[in-house]
Formats: sequence, structure tokens, C-alpha cells
Amino acid sequence: MRHWFALAAKSAWNRRLTLGLIVAAVALSVMLLLGVERARRDAREGFAQSVSGTDLIVGARTSPVQLMLYAVFRIGEATNNIRWDAYQAIARHPLVAWTIPISLGDSHRGFPVLGTSAAYFDHFRYGDSRPLALAAGKPFADVFDAVLGAEVAEQLGYRVGDRIVLSHGIGGIGLPEHADKPFTVSGILQRTGTPVDRTVHVSLEAIQAIHLDWQGGAPVPGFSIPAQFVRKFDLTPKEITAALVGLKSRAAVFKMQRYVDDYPGEPLLAVLPGVALDELWQVVGVAENTLLALSAMVVVVGLAGLVAVVLAGLNERRREIAVLRAVGASARGVFALLMTEGLFVTLLGCAAGVVLLLGLTLLVAPLAQSRYGITVQPRLLSLAELRLLGLVVLVGVAASVVPGYRAYRLSLADGLTPRL
Amino acid sequence: MVSGMPPAIVELTETLYRWSPGETPCLDIPAFAMRAGERLFLYGPSGSGKSTLLGVLGGVLVPERGSVRVLGNELRGASAPARDRFRADHVGLIFQQFNLIPYLSALENVLLACRFSRRREERAAGEGGARAAAARLMHHLDLEPALHSRLATRLSVGQQQRVAAARALIGRPELVIADEPTSALDAERQAIFLELLLRECTQAGSALLFVSHDRRLARAFDRETDISSITRSNAYREAA
Repeated sequence: MRHWFALAAKSAWNRRLTLGLIVAAVALSVMLLLGVERARRDAREGFAQSVSGTDLIVGARTSPVQLMLYAVFRIGEATNNIRWDAYQAIARHPLVAWTIPISLGDSHRGFPVLGTSAAYFDHFRYGDSRPLALAAGKPFADVFDAVLGAEVAEQLGYRVGDRIVLSHGIGGIGLPEHADKPFTVSGILQRTGTPVDRTVHVSLEAIQAIHLDWQGGAPVPGFSIPAQFVRKFDLTPKEITAALVGLKSRAAVFKMQRYVDDYPGEPLLAVLPGVALDELWQVVGVAENTLLALSAMVVVVGLAGLVAVVLAGLNERRREIAVLRAVGASARGVFALLMTEGLFVTLLGCAAGVVLLLGLTLLVAPLAQSRYGITVQPRLLSLAELRLLGLVVLVGVAASVVPGYRAYRLSLADGLTPRL
Repeated sequence: MVSGMPPAIVELTETLYRWSPGETPCLDIPAFAMRAGERLFLYGPSGSGKSTLLGVLGGVLVPERGSVRVLGNELRGASAPARDRFRADHVGLIFQQFNLIPYLSALENVLLACRFSRRREERAAGEGGARAAAARLMHHLDLEPALHSRLATRLSVGQQQRVAAARALIGRPELVIADEPTSALDAERQAIFLELLLRECTQAGSALLFVSHDRRLARAFDRETDISSITRSNAYREAA
């Protein structure tokens, strides 16, 4: 058997250019397939990691997915806020253990600013019920204190004590700045691998303070309240964007949800994070599956190319096959030779595809982390990915039967003298 | 039968081969025999069923009826793997051209015969190892050592044919079949090649079945046979 492998290897090496191109095609298609699979897993895992321990997310009435997206992932913007008294009513409800108010709408150099209370540091959980921890400094105490997520601090090179200026609005360049009221970095959080890393946290009072002399999204002309005087004003917020709610007993979640949904003062919505996530995956799942199906098709195209190349090369190899037959090779051996070739090209393509994927992951990981707060870890293959690879190899082998069988038939029909 | 005469190594009796049933047979031989160590010149123009005969003797084509006995083995009833093994073990083949695997060196091409046959590998090993046996054969066939590692495609046609001869002879198979091995060579090289081939067949003790349309080469052989005299094939007559 060993000489068969040596022969197959030498024969393949002799045609390394065409086979190399096919290996490259298979590798790229495998990379695409695994990449889509990996991106979807990482995204799901990242999303699922981002909220933990929160029983309900409360916001103005909108779609549950949208509410969760902006409240937890800072994706998109809220169309409506909830009034402070409504929030207070929920916070004081006997079933409620804790609430975290969330006020969004400002940003700092592309990173979202989140106004909240001290409860955020006490009750927010991510991943496997892990609390937030400070890497440096302390939570905000003064109105103009800010606590940075790990990614914000790292990317912008901030340390505790640095001064930062917030912008009005989210995303983009050229936003109006709250330059008259700079913030001081009071603390930097440890990395969580969630959107928290990309967030600038300030107090609700701070949000109120920087907008004291603003109206309708712009500073009121000729009117400005210097930073040192804001403390003289009532900084109780008038409205917030959303709230995370923790209950005393999870069993009461539907009762509480009904209470919020039926709140008489204004149209509110309470969603269970898990349910909203499921809904999100249902929406995204169609696109995911389409992508996965498309990349599977690309793999099939790659393997079809393999069959085409091997088949096309077969005519030139009829003499080679006749010589092998003459020295005693069996027709089955010729079949095996072609199968081996197909198998190795597929295996090589898969291996190269995995290497490409790992390279690409390393390249993309920082971007995914900073842009979307999704931690892409350059890890080895998951079980699902191995299963996909196995499927690719299986299809490759099945496809190789075509040239293998053709060579088998030819070698039987040709005998010792190929009729060319 | 005269006593002391070498035994028959090839015996065809009422052998009929057709490409497909219902067609005129392309091979129909009432009787044909070759003795061990014999050097037989088989004359036949193209289309006379030569290739079919070689395929049948090599165990690649199976006749519809009749008997094909080579070295006492009946090939017609044998399984495909058995026929392949038989060919690897006992038959050396040389064709008109394109005898070599292009991506192997001259030496590797010669050794290929041993790779497929343990018997020939062992017989070559008895002569000091397969590589040594190959080197010696190549030396005898005027292939200098510098050529051994050269890729088959970078050899001249004459060198390629001699490498093919070395491969056919290594491990001393009982039967060497050469199908127009000299027709790609010029007249001078034809004579040299034929001389070397005959000498080495004698040394190896192999019978040589030499097929050619060029009757001038027949002089050096023990016996000469016209393929039309052993076959009653209509196909040949029609083609001719």
C-alpha cells in the first residue's frame, strides 16, 4: 500500500499547479463555511453572555427585540423614553428587588455613554452571573465622574484622572460636544467581553447636568450654565431610556411583566431577556441559515471544481494509468489512486481553510471586540465545526468517486494500450 | 514432442475475443504456443489484433471462450486481481512509446515493476538488492549512472525505451512482451536496442514475444510467425 501513496503523492506533485489551485478553492470555501458558523456561534454566545440575572428589561413600548438591542447591546436608538415617575413606580413595586436605570443618547468618540445609578455596579451581572469589577479607580461619586469600560480605556489610552468630553448623540463625527462640562475618569472596569467594555458610564445626574442648558438637541444660544453651578439645580432626571429589573422571586416574572405592560401612566414594555434573544435568533436565524447554505454551496462549487480538474486531467493520464496497469496495477488500484488524490486534496483544502480561518480570526478579533463588543476568540475547532469539516471531507470523497470510477472504466476498456 | 525441449509457457487454444458480443471477433486463434526462453518474432500490421493478443496474454482482456494458459495457469477463469498479480509477477511489457511514468526518475521507473510484485522484488533482491539489480540492468542497457536520477520526461526516446526494457526485465519474469518497441527509433538505434534486448532476455532466461510490422528485424529471432497465419479472424482480413 505504501508505494501507492508514494505514487499518488508524486503524481499529485507533478500536477501541483492545478491541484494547488483547487486546494486553494476548497480552502477558501471551507474558511467561509467555518467562518459563518463561527461568527454565528460567537455572536450568540456574546449576546447570551451580555445579560445575566436580569429578569425584565423595561422600556417605552416598542418591539421586544429592539428594546433589548438598545438597552443591553447599545445597538440602535430608543424611539421613546420612560418618565422618571414610571420608573420610580416600578422600582418601588413590592415584587422588585432592584432596578438599574439606563439613560442613553450621548457618546464619547464613538463609544456610547450610559447614565445610570450606583445600582449598576451592585446588581449588573454578565456571563455566568459575574458582577462587574473595577480594574482601577472607583465608581462615580461626583456628578462629573465617569467609569470607563475596558475597551474604551484601552483604545483611547485613558487612565484614572484623565479628563474627557462627551458628545451629544450617538455615532458619527461632528456631533456637538458638551465641551463646557468635561468629565474626570474615576474608574476603569475589568474586561467583560460584553458591550459594557465599550461603554462610558456616568451618573443619571450627569446626564441631566450636561443637558441643563440644552434644548431640542442643541445648546440654547446665549445661555450657558457653567459646570461649577450645576449642583445648585435639581438634577433628578425627568426621563430615562430603559431599566433592568431584578425580582425578589423569578416566579413573579410574568406578574411583573403584566404590571409593566398594563402600567396606566404611559405605554411601557417589559421583556424577558431570554425570550427576546430567542426572538432575535428567530429573525436572524433565517439570514444565518441562508448564509450557511450559501457557504455550503460554495464548498460544493469548490469540490465540483476538484472533480472537473481531476476528470479533465484524466485523459492526459491515460498513458500513466496504462503503464501502471502494465506493471501489474489492478483496475481497483487505479480507482483507489484517484480516490486517494481526491481525499488528500479535500483534506489539504480543509486544513488550509482552518489555518486561513484562524489567521482571519486573529485579524478580525480586535475589530469585532471594539466595534460590536463581541469577543471572537482564536480557539481551535468546536465539535460543530469538526462535524462540518467531516461533512466536507465526506462530500469530497463522494465527489472523487466520479473520476475514480471513470479511471476504473477506462483502465478496463483500454487494457494495456490506451486508445487516445 | 522431442524430449528435452523446453516446456510451453504460452498456450492458446480456440481463443476467441470480441469487443462486444455480436461483433466480428478481433481475435480468433485455434492454436498458438511459445516455449520457455523462446525468442519469437510476431509479424502483423496494425489492426491485425496484436494489441488484443497482448492484452489477452497480459491478463487484462479476458477471451469469450477458449483457453489461455500462461506458465500453466489458466487466465480465462482467473479473477481480475489474480490476473493482475500474475501479470506483475511473470510478464514484462514494453510498448512502442510512453512506457514511463513521467514524474518518476529512470531508476524509479525500473523499480516500479518490483513495487507491484513481491516475487520480482525477491528475485531482484537475490541479485544483491533491487536497486543493484536495476543499476546493473541499466548499465547493461547502456544507461549511464548520471541518467538514473533523471526524470523520465527528460530522457531521449531511445533512453526511455531502454529504461522500459530494464523495467520489463528486472526480477527476471518468464515472459517479456515487446509491442513495436523500436518503431519510434531510427534504424541504427533500432538495431542496437534489439541487440541489447535479446542479450538481456537470454541472460534473464525470459522468453521474448516481439511484435512488429517491420519484418527486417526478424532475422535475430528463433522463430517468426505471421499473425494472420495463427488467427482465423475475419476482422483482420476486412481491415487488410
